[in-house]
Formats: sequence, C-alpha cells, structure tokens
Amino acid sequence: MTFAHRHLLGIEQLKPDDILAILDLAETYVDLNRKSDKHSDVLSGLTQINMFFENSTRTQASFELAGMRLGADVMNMSMQASSIKKGETLIDTAMTLNAMHPDLLVVRHPHSGAVDLLAQKVNCAVLNAGDGRHEHPTQALLDALTIRRAKGRLHRLNIAICGDIAHSRVARSNIMLLGKLENRLRLIGPPTLMPAQIGEFGVEVYEDMSEGLKDVDVVMMLRLQKERMDGGFIPSEREYYHRYGLDAAKLSLAKPDAIVMHPGPMNRGVEIDGTLADDINRSVIQDQVEMGVAVRMAAMELLARNQVARRMA
Amino acid sequence: MTNILFTNARLIDPESGIDDLGTLLVRDGRIAAEGHEVAVPDDVELVDCGGKCLAPGIVDIGVKVCEPGERHKESYKSAGLAAAAGGVTTIVTRPDTMPTIDSPETLEFVTRRAQVDAPVNVVPMAALTKGRDGREMTEIGFLMDAGAVAFTDCDHVVSNTKVFLRALTYARSCGALVMAHPQEPTLSAGAAATSGKFASLRGLPAVSPMAERMGLDRDIALIEMSGARYHADQITTARALPALERAKRNGLDITAGVSIHHLTLNELDVADYRTFFKVKPPLRSEEDRLAVVEAVKTGLIDTISSMHTPQDEESKRLPFEEAASGAVALETLLPAAMRLYHAEYLTLPDLFRAMALNPAKRLGLPVGRLTPGAPADLVLFDPDAPFILDRSTLRSKSRNTPFDGQRMQGKVLATYVAGQPVYRRA
Repeated sequence: MTFAHRHLLGIEQLKPDDILAILDLAETYVDLNRKSDKHSDVLSGLTQINMFFENSTRTQASFELAGMRLGADVMNMSMQASSIKKGETLIDTAMTLNAMHPDLLVVRHPHSGAVDLLAQKVNCAVLNAGDGRHEHPTQALLDALTIRRAKGRLHRLNIAICGDIAHSRVARSNIMLLGKLENRLRLIGPPTLMPAQIGEFGVEVYEDMSEGLKDVDVVMMLRLQKERMDGGFIPSEREYYHRYGLDAAKLSLAKPDAIVMHPGPMNRGVEIDGTLADDINRSVIQDQVEMGVAVRMAAMELLARNQVARRMA
Repeated sequence: MTNILFTNARLIDPESGIDDLGTLLVRDGRIAAEGHEVAVPDDVELVDCGGKCLAPGIVDIGVKVCEPGERHKESYKSAGLAAAAGGVTTIVTRPDTMPTIDSPETLEFVTRRAQVDAPVNVVPMAALTKGRDGREMTEIGFLMDAGAVAFTDCDHVVSNTKVFLRALTYARSCGALVMAHPQEPTLSAGAAATSGKFASLRGLPAVSPMAERMGLDRDIALIEMSGARYHADQITTARALPALERAKRNGLDITAGVSIHHLTLNELDVADYRTFFKVKPPLRSEEDRLAVVEAVKTGLIDTISSMHTPQDEESKRLPFEEAASGAVALETLLPAAMRLYHAEYLTLPDLFRAMALNPAKRLGLPVGRLTPGAPADLVLFDPDAPFILDRSTLRSKSRNTPFDGQRMQGKVLATYVAGQPVYRRA
C-alpha cells in the first residue's frame, strides 16, 4: 500500500485506497492508545509544529497528543497572539518556520485555501487542521473510522449531515469522503445554511428534518457556529432547536440502531439534546474524540515516511 | 511631421465594418485616405505591413494608474509604455487613487503627470462623490472644465439612492457621463467568488450573479427618472442582459462595458485559489461568459476594456479571501481578445468596434476609426503570431496577470499616436 501524498490538504485529493490506508493504520493506533504504554518511536527525531491561526482547544490537543505519542518533538504556536498582529503575512510566517526545519506542519486558518497557499511555500509535510469553510480532512477521517467501527462497514450506508452546512468545512470534507466510498448522503438544514448548488455534489437535500432522517444509519450533527450567525441566518436558537435540533423524537425516525455523531464542541439544547448526546447506546461522540488521536497519528506517520524518503532521495 | 503610407495592410475599420487589404495614408498626424487606391504623395515614409492588420488604436475605459498614492504599483510612465506595447492609444483613467481624484486640483496633477510621462493619450475620469464615499457629489462642472470625461466611484456603489439620484440629475444638467458599477452592495459584501458549485466546493464566500442585475435594475430606474447619460462599467452575467436590452429599447441613454477577463476566463480558472484570477466582480460561470460574449457580438454590450488594476505581489500573495482584487491587462488585452477572434465568436471589426469605436463615441473622442480626418491613432498587429506569456516581460510595474504562462496568439507590431510611432516591436 502506497500513500503517495506529500501533504494532507483535503479529502478532495485522496483516492478511496488512500483513505482506507489511513484508516487501517489508525486501527493499530487505537489499540496502542488503549494500552498503558502508549509510546511509539516512528516520529522520533522529527519536529512537528502546530500553527493555529484560529482558536481550537480540541483539535490542537489531539494533534499535540498524536505527535507526542509517536515520539515527535511538538511545538504549539498560537498565531492570533503573535506576528500576525505585527503585520507579518502568512507566507512570511511560513518561510520563517520553514527555516527552522520542521518535518510536519499542522495548520488551521480562518480562510479557505490558506493552508494550500502555505503548503506551496514550505519544504515539509503540511496537514490541514481546518481552513475556512473549505476542508477539515482529519475530522472526516476520524468520523469515517468511527462509523466503520460502529457499523462494521463504510459503504452503502444512509448518512445524514444536519445543520449549518454552508459554513462547515467538516461537512465538505465528510461529503467528499463518504461520497468517494459510495454511501448515500443526505444534507438537512434550513436553506439559509445550505451552500449554493450543493445538490450537484451527489447528495440529497432536505429542509424538513423528519423527512431527511427517515431510515438513516448515521446522524451527523454539526455545530451551529454562533460567531457566524450575525447575518441572521436563523430567527432564533430556540426555533432552530425546535426545527433542526436532534432529540429522541426526531431520532426515532432513523433506523433503530442509528448512531449519533457530533464533531464538537456541542451547543447542548441548540443543535442537540443534552441527554441524547450522553446516551452511550446511541451517541458515539466520545469515540470520535478517541478516533481523532489515532487517525492523526496514522496520517502523520504516512506523511512523515514520505517526507523522510523525499529527504533521502 | 512625417507622413506615412501604410501599404499592403489588412485594414480593420469598425465604423464601416471593413476587414480588407488596402492602403492607408497618414498626413500631419491624421488619417488622410484609406482604401485600395490611394494617391501616393512624394514626401512619405513607406511602411509595408506585409498583410498584417492595421486597426484604430484601442480606447480603454477604466484603467487604474496608481498616481497619486501608489506609484510603486503603476506610474503614468509604466502604464503608458504598457499601453503603447498593447496597442492601447487612449487610456481613460479611474479616480480610485489615494487620494481620490475628486477635485479640479487633483485632476490637474494627474493631467500634468500624464502629459509629461505617458506616450499615449490619457483622458481622466473623476469621482462622482467626494472621496468615493457616496455622500456628497463632486464639483462636476469644474471637473469637466478641467478635463474629466466621465464621473465614477469605480467599484464603490453609491448605495444611498437619494444621493445617487441627485448626482445623476446634476450630472445630466452638465451633460456629464456617469459610469457606475451595477451591484447590490449588501448582497455582494465580503464575496470573493460567484456563488455556485465551484464556490461551494472551495468554501469561498460568494455572491449570487443576481446582485448585478439588482444593481442594474435600480440604476435603470434612476436613469429613467433623471435622464442621465449612464455607462455600466461591467456587465458580466446573463441575467442582467434582458434589463439592459429593455432599457436601450426604451431609449434611455445607457451603454455598458465588460472586461476582457470576463470574456475570456471563467470561475473555474481560479482553480486552487489562484489570486491573480481574483477580480471584481468575480469571474462568472461559463454560461454567463458565453452570454456576455454573445451580447458583445450583437452590440448589446458596447465596450470591452482591460479594467487594468495593478496590484503588487504583497497584496496578492495572501489567502484568496484576503487578497486584493484586480488584474493588469493593458498589454494582454489585444492578445486575449484574439482568443475570441480565433474561436470565431467575434470578427476583428466586432472587436475593434467594442475596443475602439464605441468607447471613443461614448466619450466624444474623435478616435477609434480609420475615417479620413480622424487622428492617426493606429495599431499594427499580427493576429496569428503565437507566444507564451511570461509576466516578467510586462512593462507594468505590477505583473498580476492571470495569463502568465498561457498560450496566446496576437502580437502588436507597432503603435502610433497622432501618426507618431510610440511602440515598435523589436
């Protein structure tokens, strides 16, 4: 199995085999992470820098832990606080870091395409940890691993993605990944939170949640991004919860064994009922967090192998 | 002043629709005669055109020269050289400089700079409202006396309809031409792309193409109320065309232009967030592009311009949303236009009608035609000569062209302003 990519910028560039290669390797890290000795040396001697131009506690912690468990030297840079305020451009920042010879660069940025731009300017492997509304590939991979483990397969499933699709990079990456593996996708949300011409992506679009949830195997909820709500996309949080929030009644329309997912952080009582989120029989939200570390370890290992091979060549 | 006889030329005259081999005589800076049988005087310089095209020089409405304020991006000298090399003999400049050209004093500065440095004709436009803020109209009368040929706030829409109506009404009383950017500004705020499948895939903030029609609809109502002379800077969407057609049919004094980029590129060219393809309004779908090309063919859209907008590397080497809009195009306007000719969408007289005759007529300039008596502003070009564009060879100080590395056809061989050569291909 070859994974012939220098960077992990998005799901768009990956072939189904690439996706499965990451997931298969991640399985081994799930096992490792459950042991008391969680240490591996595959990234020993390599340097990983996490550059977050946008706030994130969970994703950054997940990447940091993944790197440390693989033996990399990990450095975190919170970019809102630093040079950006002094007027340095993204490319200058990238060039500066590049001069420090990192091997893996994990980047999150508020603008779509910013991570692609940065990847063009550096010598190391770049992992996209979320760029604007564009892609968040490791989230889609961890979701895929969670689904595969819960459902026993990752194809021919009916999967509903619900909520703020328009502003969601998680939705875009998931649409691409789950579509490539031949699942049936439904997008559910108010039309104000749907991207233009999304129907052309090979998905079914529902404005009525009860209709959209009928007989699905997986319900993937998205966070309602409060910070992006100033344009008045919805009338109020309580009306949104009434129409698009996931509760037991709405979930009863899905298959009896349907699982509930959420990328976090959750707004309890806005997009999802709190009790439901905590229901270990339906919710796999904590599994997603666990899979996140494993998937990131796998992705970093594959990229690091290519990176080292490239240096040798 | 030397007299020139162009022989063996493929004459392109948009006024008569002629595209035919012939001879053209220039005397005292003016076209003296054209056609098959021109009497040859003794005291002339002979130019054998070898069957290449001789057309009226391009009149380009909406060129941004970055003086005053950002001379490092483009000066009158660099813009003038680029224009000459591109066959553009008249540049009609935009007032969106720093500071805005909104007073007779700033306009005089620009006129003086242009006279000293630019080898081609420069005719300035001035702002319609002070500081392009959309609040108070400029001194339209004084500015016309100082040489302003049109009034525009460029890509700033005068969103206060009452202010815009008053400015249009006052402009009408002065006989001034107003150029506007049809766009519903609250709908297009923050947009970096045209909404649709591509923008959704790339996760870019996008605006519906309908925002252009909404802006045009409003402006048409205001022209109807005020009787003003109006030119839409860029009509780039299919849905705006019926409104434009109706307004013209109803006898309103309205014309419209389009940039060469919207005629030759579409939204997919942005590909992996290539910021040199970020223009304003954003590139459209292929359906829109084809509709707009057809509208140029029928004459519904009157003018083609470069919308030359120099941006330095720093303002383009940014994530797509943050990057500045605009592309340089003075030197690539003609070769890019040749794409439309070679693809058989438009004939050469069609193209020069939109690039030379119509803009000249709209601004009341005597150029843009090969008629005897007209100033001898001419471009000699080979429409077939192939090349690969290397942006480092551009004469503009800024090299933000979307055509870098692309195969082009059509080379300018020489450019003349009032019978004087201002560019000759080495």
